[in-house]
Amino acid sequence: MTAPSGPPPDFPNAPPSPDVDDLVGRLLAGDRRALSRAITHVENGRPEGRLALAQLYARTGRAHVTGITGGSGAGKSTLTYRLALEQRRRGRSVGIVAVDPSSPFSHGAILGDRIRMQELTSDRDIFVRSMATRGELGGLAPMTDDVVAVLDAFGKDVVLVETVGAGQDEVEVASMADTTAVVVTPGGGDGVQAMKAGILEVADVLVINKADLPGADALAQQLQAVTPRDTHVPIVRTVATKGEGIGELADAIDAHREQLETSGDRERVALERARRRVLARARQRLLERLIGGPDGALRLDRLAASVAARELDPYTAAQRLVDGGS
Amino acid sequence: MTTETPLRVLIAKPGLDGHERGAKVVARALRDAGMEVIYTGIRQTPEMIAEAALQEDVDVVGLSILSGAHAELFPRVVESLGERGVTPDDVLFFAGGIIPDEDIPALKELGFREIFRPGASTRDIIAYVQAWAAGRSAGGEAAGSEPGGESKNAS
Repeated sequence: MTAPSGPPPDFPNAPPSPDVDDLVGRLLAGDRRALSRAITHVENGRPEGRLALAQLYARTGRAHVTGITGGSGAGKSTLTYRLALEQRRRGRSVGIVAVDPSSPFSHGAILGDRIRMQELTSDRDIFVRSMATRGELGGLAPMTDDVVAVLDAFGKDVVLVETVGAGQDEVEVASMADTTAVVVTPGGGDGVQAMKAGILEVADVLVINKADLPGADALAQQLQAVTPRDTHVPIVRTVATKGEGIGELADAIDAHREQLETSGDRERVALERARRRVLARARQRLLERLIGGPDGALRLDRLAASVAARELDPYTAAQRLVDGGS
Repeated sequence: MTTETPLRVLIAKPGLDGHERGAKVVARALRDAGMEVIYTGIRQTPEMIAEAALQEDVDVVGLSILSGAHAELFPRVVESLGERGVTPDDVLFFAGGIIPDEDIPALKELGFREIFRPGASTRDIIAYVQAWAAGRSAGGEAAGSEPGGESKNAS
């Protein structure tokens, strides 16, 4: 909980600390407690996390990352649980990252996705980690991609990322998942809502969950009508609570994965994703350099006070923050 | 940039009783105090609780029980946690529920630092967890040096 002493080490020049070496060693040997602790370091943006990731990153890229997104109450947790069981049946080890929202007021969170995943805890080859959004927009937690990378390096064959209940704009998961499954349900004008939403555009697989409810056929027709014909986005019907359609969903994900491999899209997507990650981390480092230390924080406070008092406009203040004026 | 990292707390109900209102009230109170609370629901086996604590790397484990089976279940939970390297040395264990006076010493012996009984306020629980966290980050010694401590027994 204490802040690390001194500035975060630079990369890749920082000497690897023996503690991190030990942690990484145990993680790679299959120690789940080490995996769990490494995820904590990464999630909290601690130097140990960065160091661990620097060592682990070369071992990533093997897991197939599946994003599961959709509205609140669409059944994402239950679907994730069933899909995890199905992937295990296919002989694959599974990591799950389940994201729930942080309170904007207290910054606390109730992480309740495990309630629907209780049966998974008896299987040592399934590792479930809950994350809070901690103020991040877009339906994910700030370090989700790095947490996925740790699970990937640990050797998980499949990583399922379940987003917060997404509205129309929570499409961030698509930028980090190999396959994005968008979950919709009959009723409530979902078809039209989904059309408005960018959420439909990011779907590699569309899932109509609760397909035993009235309106499922109409929804399927609506979705078919609005899905671009040349993209062939499959529509899968599931009843997650009963485990129906889960095999078909896993098939659709496998098919998309194969399509990525054979079309050469995988490399293109990987490059685009890498670029985004570098930029995101660079942005973060620049900010740390600007306002990470006590001096910087103080300068920000002073500039903010000037802006609040209408003595400075935000653009001028930002320029002074960056250029070093006060 | 790096603001205070939220405490991660597991709130779990071992055993077969389905009375989860207290657990939910505590979970929500801790959330409102800025903590990240992993809530796993009712009817948890000791193994499920221990696995959740391991996978979520929590700072705090809070068990709620109203069935009276604590003397039987709590040692098994602590054992399962210990098998996974989750011990009272670095994780705060506390409990809440209907637990008679005479059972408290044994639970404290197991590693439960505090037992909150009916009538305990959520403010007490929050303050207790926060004080523990402050003591831990101040050097980790405070945890062991606290006085034996009367159990909270508000009326």
